[in-house]
Formats: sequence, C-alpha cells, structure tokens
Amino acid sequence: MPHFILFTLIVVSGTGGELCVSRAMKVVGEAPSLRPAQVAKVVLRALRVPWMWLGVGMMAVAFFSLLGALSIYDVSFVVPVTALSYVAGAFGGVVFLREHVSFQRWLGVSLVAVGVALVFFGKS
Amino acid sequence: MTPQKPLHLKTYLLIAVMVIAGPLGNVLLGKGMKRIGEPAVWPPLQLLHTALNIFTSVSIWLGIGSLITFFVAYMLVLSWADYSFVQPASSLAYGVVALLGYLLLGERVSPLRWAGIAVICLGVFVVGRTNPRTTRQV
Repeated sequence: MPHFILFTLIVVSGTGGELCVSRAMKVVGEAPSLRPAQVAKVVLRALRVPWMWLGVGMMAVAFFSLLGALSIYDVSFVVPVTALSYVAGAFGGVVFLREHVSFQRWLGVSLVAVGVALVFFGKS
Repeated sequence: MTPQKPLHLKTYLLIAVMVIAGPLGNVLLGKGMKRIGEPAVWPPLQLLHTALNIFTSVSIWLGIGSLITFFVAYMLVLSWADYSFVQPASSLAYGVVALLGYLLLGERVSPLRWAGIAVICLGVFVVGRTNPRTTRQV
C-alpha cells in the first residue's frame, strides 16, 4: 500500500508540477536564443512567476517519492511506470493549457501508453 | 509567422539533451538509493539519518546535476513548444533508461519490457510528426 502511494505521488504531483511549469513558461515567453545570458534572463524571469514555484514544489514532492521508489524497485521498472503521467499530461494539456491535441498526437500518446503497459506487465 | 525549420531544429536539439540527461540522472539516483536501501521516515531521528545518507551520496548529487541539465532543457523547450508535444516526444528516455539500467546497473529487463519500449518508440515517432506548437503566444 505505501508503495502504491509512492507511485501515485510521483505521477499526480509530477504531472501537476509539469503543467504548472509549462503554464509559467508560456507566461515568460520564448527564449530568444540559447546564449547563456539570454537563458539566465529567461530563468530569472520564470522565478518571478508564482506558477513556477507551485510547479517546483509539486515536482519536489514527486522527486522524493521517486527516490523512495528507486530504493525498492529497479530503475527500468520505476521510470516506465511513471509514464502513466502521459495520459494525465495529455488531458491536463487540453484542460488547463487549452492546447489542441490532434488525432495523430492522441494516437502517438496511446501507443506510448500501450508500450508502458507492456513494460509494466513484463516486470517478472 | 515564425519560420518552422529553426524552431524544429532547436526543439529536437533540446529534446536530445533531455533524452540523455534525464535517464542518466534517474540511473544515478537509482544507484545511490540502492546503496542506501529503503528509507525509514519514522521516528524523526531515522528521517534525519536517511536525509543525511541521501545528501552525502556522490551518485545522488551526480544524478541531481544530470536532472538539473534535463530540467533547464525542458523549461527552454516548453517556452515555445506545447506540453502535450514535449512530454510524449521525450518518452524516448524510457528506452534509454532501460538500456542504461541494463548496462550500468545490471538490471534484468524481460523481452516483454523491451517490446513495450519498442512500442513507446513507435508512439514517439507518430507524435514527432505533429506540429510542436498549436496555441497562440501569450
């Protein structure tokens, strides 16, 4: 049971955190170039957006849950299981970020999900 | 309108960084946590002991460094590409993490798990052929 909670925290908190970070970066805007000064400016601007801090907090929870799971299971099992966030991510992108997800992209996401399921059942 | 070619080049370059740095970070964290063992969180003194073990592990810090590299690349790419494009596109990392787990940590990866990874890669190929931007810039 505690292990189930660990995986739930990794997926839910991780996906929620990524959505918040994505929302923050849409507010910050595109990095004009990959020069270090420009990148630093974008990072500093991102730190002034509250969504970024909420996202980082949620990702920290997911990170420590990941550490807990990695102490028990193989990396090649834990990381694919966390890909359950693909389903959550696609829905989250549509609902919270108003992104349009095409049929082709849904197909790709579905294939990824099937692959993740196979990885999961190939545990033993 | 933004020209598509440079946008795509920049996107794929940063996704490549994500695909290498992310799995390497996870494998290093896995190596460190396997050495530490299942963390005890109670009583509080045990939690302190666990935290001390985690934050004095070289593997954990190398893993964190690698994940920070991943995170910066991820943040940058999200500033122009959609989340629902970036997340599936970076799923190649699942193949890399299994490969590194097998090669560096000696993990046993079953044929069914490898098959799953191949399906994931096919999904990534399908996703990779869609436009990286579908919303207007704010």
